[in-house]
Amino acid sequence: MTTPQPSASASRAARGEPVLCVEGLQTHFDLRQWGFVRVGSVRAVDGVDFTLDAGETVAVVGESGCGKSSLARTLLALHRPTDGAIRFDGTPLNGLSGSALKAYRGRVGYVQQDPYGALPPFMDIQRILAEPLIIHGVRGRAERARRIDAALEEVGLTPAADTRGKFPHQLSGGQQQRVVIARALLLRPAMIIADEPVSMLDASVRVEILELLRRVQREHHLALLYITHDLSTVRHYVDRAMVMYGGRIVEQAPVAELLARPGHPYTEALLSALGDPDADNAHRQREVPGGEPPSLIQPPSGCRFHPRCRHAMPGKCELEPPPPDFRPRPDHRIACWLHE
Amino acid sequence: MMAAAPLLEIEDLGLSYATEQGTLRAVDGVDLRLHRNEALAVLGESGCGKSSLAKTLLRTLPRNAYPPTGQLRLDGRDVLGLPEERFRREVRWVRIALVMQAAMNALNPVVRVGEQVAEPLRIHHRASRRQARQRAAEAFEEVGIPTDFLRRYPHELSGGMRQRAVLAMALVTEPDLVLLDEPTSALDVLTQASIMNVLKRIKHERGVSFVFITHDVATASELADRVALMYAGQVVEAASARAFFSEPAHPYSRLLMASVPRLYQEQPPSSIPGRPPSLLDPPAGCRFAERCPWAFERCSEPPPMIPCGERRQARCWLHHSPGGAR
Repeated sequence: MTTPQPSASASRAARGEPVLCVEGLQTHFDLRQWGFVRVGSVRAVDGVDFTLDAGETVAVVGESGCGKSSLARTLLALHRPTDGAIRFDGTPLNGLSGSALKAYRGRVGYVQQDPYGALPPFMDIQRILAEPLIIHGVRGRAERARRIDAALEEVGLTPAADTRGKFPHQLSGGQQQRVVIARALLLRPAMIIADEPVSMLDASVRVEILELLRRVQREHHLALLYITHDLSTVRHYVDRAMVMYGGRIVEQAPVAELLARPGHPYTEALLSALGDPDADNAHRQREVPGGEPPSLIQPPSGCRFHPRCRHAMPGKCELEPPPPDFRPRPDHRIACWLHE
Repeated sequence: MMAAAPLLEIEDLGLSYATEQGTLRAVDGVDLRLHRNEALAVLGESGCGKSSLAKTLLRTLPRNAYPPTGQLRLDGRDVLGLPEERFRREVRWVRIALVMQAAMNALNPVVRVGEQVAEPLRIHHRASRRQARQRAAEAFEEVGIPTDFLRRYPHELSGGMRQRAVLAMALVTEPDLVLLDEPTSALDVLTQASIMNVLKRIKHERGVSFVFITHDVATASELADRVALMYAGQVVEAASARAFFSEPAHPYSRLLMASVPRLYQEQPPSSIPGRPPSLLDPPAGCRFAERCPWAFERCSEPPPMIPCGERRQARCWLHHSPGGAR
């Protein structure tokens, strides 16, 4: 049997153990000249710690180049971590290979940003959804068809018969993303990683997809990691949010706490750059820190935000990287010397 | 004394494309007015016709487009009927400049950005090399790029800097109207906010007018004095930004505003069920009726733009007063 055993993870969850446990994770990519001389590395993920409980939705918020997608791909075992540990359901991921790696991938669903790019254009939906079932050894055409129909109906593509025979280009963007979500659910995963699942969709469809993710996450008691650049979409759809900057998590807290009492100057900057629609927005300049996001090849010393930070304390922030766990409250962690 | 004539007047503009499935009517009877120093946000979801409208303004339509119909006047002068050569010489980049979404595609990768920013001056104003370079440096300062970046190539600039360079290129000929086509959609939150800051400052200091095409309600509110919301090829509401963002009049405007996730609101956003109609064969009546919770019998007839306030109209029978007093 290759499908997961819900009872095992359920009992683990009951004992209060997180589904996913990430410690000191680093994913670096070598930079090579002439294809073989190593001249440096891109420190895309550079020391990340967090846990994810069963039934919990956590957002990773950050701008492009902060390492959030590399983090996702490392968790999906698409990149090999340079250092650190990932434990999934108590089992270390390091060195997993062959059938164990395959089993792990069956337990983690992936929802990509671009639904059209995620669906092979030359296969119909039935075939696309059969693929993971075949690979993971679900035998019997009838059983596969039954599970495909159930998955399509679960994501609101009802009746399933209307969608099965279609090709991806015959569906709207929202419907394509529903198919991607159905595919992520097919193998009954314990965790779903959604990397910018709504950033290519229109506003009215965006909400539908976020609601759908939230609903299936609750119904299946899944751990959901929602990766986004858009803080405004986190408020109603996640339990906790983590803010990433320069390959590190600079702040994590329950989402209401993070929005009401942002502790890291970078989180503050993100929040003051955003606003709810209002006619007054056109008449005020927003506060934006100068400079550009840090290079991941030669990151700034000390705190990576210090060159842009208006609270930076000379003699401190540029010298020592702040540890990621100053806690103004038990569930609020901030990597900033201001909170020492 | 009459009020000054609008800078841009669009009347009953129509645009169709020839497609394999038939004629697709992308823009259908659009009326818009823009005064000097005004910023008009043309807001709408994908496929609503907002980009076709932009392309019609600058005449950058693809080959399968039929010639646009209706009226397009700049300072009271017809520009739709202008021969291509005169349009190129007198309008495009002289009076109307464009800032596109993908800055990398707007820049030539093998030419230094300073030269590219100076190029419109050399072509349209016949400026000398020295003058053009001087003006390019000023434009760089205006949009917040250090002037030593003039000698760099596009790939040496970050995404935000590239978008600023494209903005400098659009401003350097001092056009009356800058057309912004999703200028910040590809950018990060902080970069987006700083570009919007630059646009606000330029609008305030230089009195440039903007037509700002966007799908994002929050971004539209960062610059707009007026909003035109498009749906299925038509403008369904035209109003001041204040009226639009506080009390949207058209049912689609209301539902769209309610679908925007907000940072500081308890109420979760709600989606709009259904999908826009096909523009190959749009419904005869109101195009939003099928998705509209307030639809009634009258909606099977096509609604005109009905005045519902000062410089405000909505394409919806709900705003029609039976006496026909207006």
